[in-house]
Amino acid sequence: MDIKEFLDQDQKKDLLRLLTAGSVDDGKSTLIGRLLFDSKKLYEDHLQALERDSKRIGHAGEEIDYALLLDGLKAEREQGITIDVAYRYFSTAKRKFIIADTPGHEQYTRNMVTGASTANLAIILIDARKGVITQTKRHTFIVSLLGIRHIVLAVNKMDLMGYKKEVFDSICDDYRSFITDLDIPDVNFIPLSALKGENVVDVSDKMPWYHGSSLLEFLESVHVSSDRNFSDLRFPVQYVLRPTLDFRGFSARVTSGIIRKDDEIRVLPSGKRSKVTSIITYDGEVDYAYPPQSVTVTLEDEIDISRGDMIVHTDNLPKIERHFEAMLVWMDEKPMSSETQFYLKHTTNTTKARIDTIRYKIDVNTLEKSGIERFTLNDIGRVVITSHKPLFFDPYKKNHGTGAFVLIDPVSNNTCAVGMIIDQLKDQDLPSRITDMDLKKIERGECLISREEREKFYDQRGATIWITGLHGSGKNHLAYTLEKRMFDEGATVVLLDGSTVRSGLSKELDYSPADRTEHLRRVAHVARLLNEQGIITICSFISPDEDIRRQVAEIIGKDRFHLVYMDADLEFCRNNKPLLYQKADAHEIENMPGVDITFEIPQATKLTLRPQENDRNCDVILDYLAKEKIFPFQ
Amino acid sequence: MTGYSLTNLQELEAEAIHIIREVASEFENPVMLYSIGKDSSVMVRLAEKAFFPGKVPFPLMHIDSKWKFGEMIEFRDKYAKEKGWDLIVHYNKEGFESGVGPFTHGSKVHTDIMKTQALLEGLSKYKFDAAFGGARRDEEKSRAKERIFSFRDRFHQWDPKNQRPELWNIYNTRIHKGESIRVFPLSNWTELDIWQYIRLENIPIVPLYFAKERPIVEVNGNLIMVDDDRTPADVAAKAKMRMVRFRTLGCYPLTGAIDSEADTIEKIVEEMMTVTKSERTTRVIDFDQEGSMEQKKREGYF
Repeated sequence: MDIKEFLDQDQKKDLLRLLTAGSVDDGKSTLIGRLLFDSKKLYEDHLQALERDSKRIGHAGEEIDYALLLDGLKAEREQGITIDVAYRYFSTAKRKFIIADTPGHEQYTRNMVTGASTANLAIILIDARKGVITQTKRHTFIVSLLGIRHIVLAVNKMDLMGYKKEVFDSICDDYRSFITDLDIPDVNFIPLSALKGENVVDVSDKMPWYHGSSLLEFLESVHVSSDRNFSDLRFPVQYVLRPTLDFRGFSARVTSGIIRKDDEIRVLPSGKRSKVTSIITYDGEVDYAYPPQSVTVTLEDEIDISRGDMIVHTDNLPKIERHFEAMLVWMDEKPMSSETQFYLKHTTNTTKARIDTIRYKIDVNTLEKSGIERFTLNDIGRVVITSHKPLFFDPYKKNHGTGAFVLIDPVSNNTCAVGMIIDQLKDQDLPSRITDMDLKKIERGECLISREEREKFYDQRGATIWITGLHGSGKNHLAYTLEKRMFDEGATVVLLDGSTVRSGLSKELDYSPADRTEHLRRVAHVARLLNEQGIITICSFISPDEDIRRQVAEIIGKDRFHLVYMDADLEFCRNNKPLLYQKADAHEIENMPGVDITFEIPQATKLTLRPQENDRNCDVILDYLAKEKIFPFQ
Repeated sequence: MTGYSLTNLQELEAEAIHIIREVASEFENPVMLYSIGKDSSVMVRLAEKAFFPGKVPFPLMHIDSKWKFGEMIEFRDKYAKEKGWDLIVHYNKEGFESGVGPFTHGSKVHTDIMKTQALLEGLSKYKFDAAFGGARRDEEKSRAKERIFSFRDRFHQWDPKNQRPELWNIYNTRIHKGESIRVFPLSNWTELDIWQYIRLENIPIVPLYFAKERPIVEVNGNLIMVDDDRTPADVAAKAKMRMVRFRTLGCYPLTGAIDSEADTIEKIVEEMMTVTKSERTTRVIDFDQEGSMEQKKREGYF
C-alpha cells in the first residue's frame, strides 16, 4: 500500500473512546502499554526513555515496565501510582482510539467518573487469581451510572492460572449474576494475559477453548455509533452569529436528534415557532445535521434567541422544569453544604441551584442505600435539586447531552459535583427554595385556637374545591355562582382563580409548563393556609395534567382536596370563547391546553359536572359538601 | 444508522469548534496564541470554521522571541495580511534590548525570558482572561492529564494537584478577576490527525516543514540551521548544506532539524510512520532535566 492509499484509508476511520478501569495490580497499565506498543504507536525515543526509567524506578524487574509509559506527572511517578485521568491515543488500520486511563482505588472514584463521562466503552480488568471482587463491582456500578453501554470484562493474568477454562468460566458466571440488576446492554468476556500479550492483539494459541476475538479485534469492530440519540432534536444554542445586519445564525452542537432544512421548530423557553431555512458550515450548506456535529442554523422568522435557549422539534419537547431529581457525584475536597447556592451548568445554560434534599447515599461497594446529611468527596447519591431558571432536560438515561450537569462552587469556582438527571419530580411535594435543613430551623408559633373551635365557630371544615377544565368550559361561572350561594347560606369562603392570582402573587410567571407548575404551587399553598384556618376555598384553574393535580393535592392535603371536573368538550369551549381559541390556532398564544399542549382528563374526581346542566351544578356541589360534613359541619 | 456517523477527523473538528465557540461565548476577552507552527495553523482554521460566515471574534497573538526562523515571520506576516487576522505581536522588550539570546545566555535563560516571561507579559498587558493554545495530549507524557480548559491562577501558574474535574463536554469557565483559563481545542488530536487535516483542508504551513537543502551545523547531535548572521561566526563556519526538514518550529538555534527527503505532506506522513521518533525530541529545551515540561508548565509556559 502506498502512502496516499494509507492516508485515504486513514481519513475514513472512526473514533472509539474507551475507559479502562482497574488498578495497577490488575495489570491495567501493562495492558494499555501493550495495546500502545503492539499497535506500533510507541515511538522509539519514548522507548529509550522508558528503558532508562525502568532501571531506576521500575517495578517489573528486568523486563520493560509498560506502566511507566503512562504515568505523567513527576510526583505520581515517584509514588508509583496514577492519580488523575490520563488520555492515550492509538490507532489501528481500522479505527482510532482514545483511552481514558483512570485509577482504580475507591479514593479515586471521581477520576473514574470523569473518565467514564466521555467513553463509549469500558474495559473492566479482573485479576484471574482474585476473580470478581469489591473493586470490580464498584467499577461496574460507576460504568452503569454514567450510562456506558458496552463493557469488556478483561480477565487478566490467565498465565498465572495455567490458562484454565474453568477459572475463566467461573469468573464470568460470578460477574453475570452480579450485573443482572444493573442496566448494561452489552457485556463481553475475554480471557487474556497483558504481560505475555495473549489475546491482546492476536488470538492466543494458549487458550484454544476460547473462540471469541482478541481484545483489540473486538475494540476495532464493536458498533457504537448507534448509541447516539437520533430521535429527539436538542439544539442548545451556544453562540449567536451576527456578522452583518441581515444575517442571524444560531450556532450549536447537535446534542441529539437530526435537524433538517425546512423543519418546523420551536424555541425554548419562549415557545416561539419557526422553520429552519438553512444549515451552514464553513464547508458549505448541508440539508441536515446530526450529533455530534457543530453547525449554524438560520430561521425563517426573526425571533429573539440567545445563548442557553434550545431549538427543538414542535412535537418533541424536553422536560421544562425547575425541580428535578438526579444522581450526584461529589467531586470536591470541600464537603457539600445545603446552604450553598451553586452555579449549575447544563448544556449551554448556567443558572443558580440548590440541593433541596438528599434522598440517599449509595455505597459504591455494596450498592446499599443509606440516609446522609451531606456529601463528601467521592460520595454518590440521589438528590432533589431546585434551579433558579427552568432547565430543558431529558433523563440522562435517554439523552446524555441534556441529562448531564455540573455544579460549581460560587466561592472557589471549582467543579464540586456532577449530576445525571433521573426525571422531573413527581411523587412528592414540590420543594421550596429553602431546603429541608432550613425548614427545621424555622421556629413554629403556637396557635391558641384549636381546629375544633374553628369548625364550631364557622360551622364548616376547611377544605378546597378545586375545579379543573378547559378554557371556556364554564368553570369560572360555576365557581362564582357557587361562592355566592355558599356566602348567602352563611359559609366563610374565598375564591381563587387565574385572573386574581396572576395579577399579583404570580405576576412574573407566564403560561409555560414550568411557570404554570410554580403558579399552581403557590395557589395550592394559599389554599392550604386558608383551609388550616377553617376557611373553604374554591379554586378555578385549568390545571391541565395529572401531575400538576397530584402535586396540588399533595400540598393541600388529600383529605381536604376535592377535585371537580368541568367536563366540556373542545367544541363547546371553542364556541364559548372563539376569539381566544382563534388566537391560539394562529400561534399568537402559546401553551394553550387543548390546542398546543395536552389537557389530560382527570381520573380521580369527586364530582364530574357538565356546563349544560349549570342550573343544577351548584346544588350537586352543596349536596356533596353537606354529605361530606364540610358545610354545614353540624 | 451508519449514514449518521462521523469520521475521526470530523468528530475532532466538531469538538474543537464547540470548544472555541464556548470560549467566545463565556469569556470577556479571549485570545488565540499563534505560534506559526502547523498545530497553530490548524487551530486558526478551526476558529475560522467556528464563526463562518462571520469573522473570528477574538485576536491572535504571537509571542515573538526574536529568534524565530526568518521564514516563520515571513509566513506570519503574509497570512495575517491575506486573511485579515487581528494579529498582535508581542515580545519582551527589556530582554530584547539587553540582547538576550540562546547563543549568549543559553537555552534555559533565553526560553524563560523571551518565551515564558514574554507570554505572561503579553497576557497581562491585554488582560486576556482566556488563551487558546495548540497543545495536544499525545505530545508529551505530562500533557496526557491536561484539561481542555486548564485553570491558571493570578500568577498564570498551573497547579497539577488542583485541576478542575472536566466531564462530558460541559466546561467550567468561571474564574475570579485576574485568573485565567488556557484552552486546548486540539487536546484529542494526534500528530497524524494534524497532518491529515492539513492535507485534506489544504492549510498553508511554513515551508520549513518540507525537506530542502539548508545550511546545517551539528551541535551535540542536534542539526541546527544557520538562519541569520547572529549565529556565532565559528559555529556558522562549520555549516554544510544538508537535505533536512523540521518537525517542529521554534527559535532556530534551539530547534533541531532531521535528515529528510520528505517534500510533500504524503512523504512527511510516510516518514513519520516509519522513522518513529516523537516530535518533541527535536526541541532542545526538553532535555534540560527530567520532567522539564511539567516544570515549565508550572511556571506558566504552555
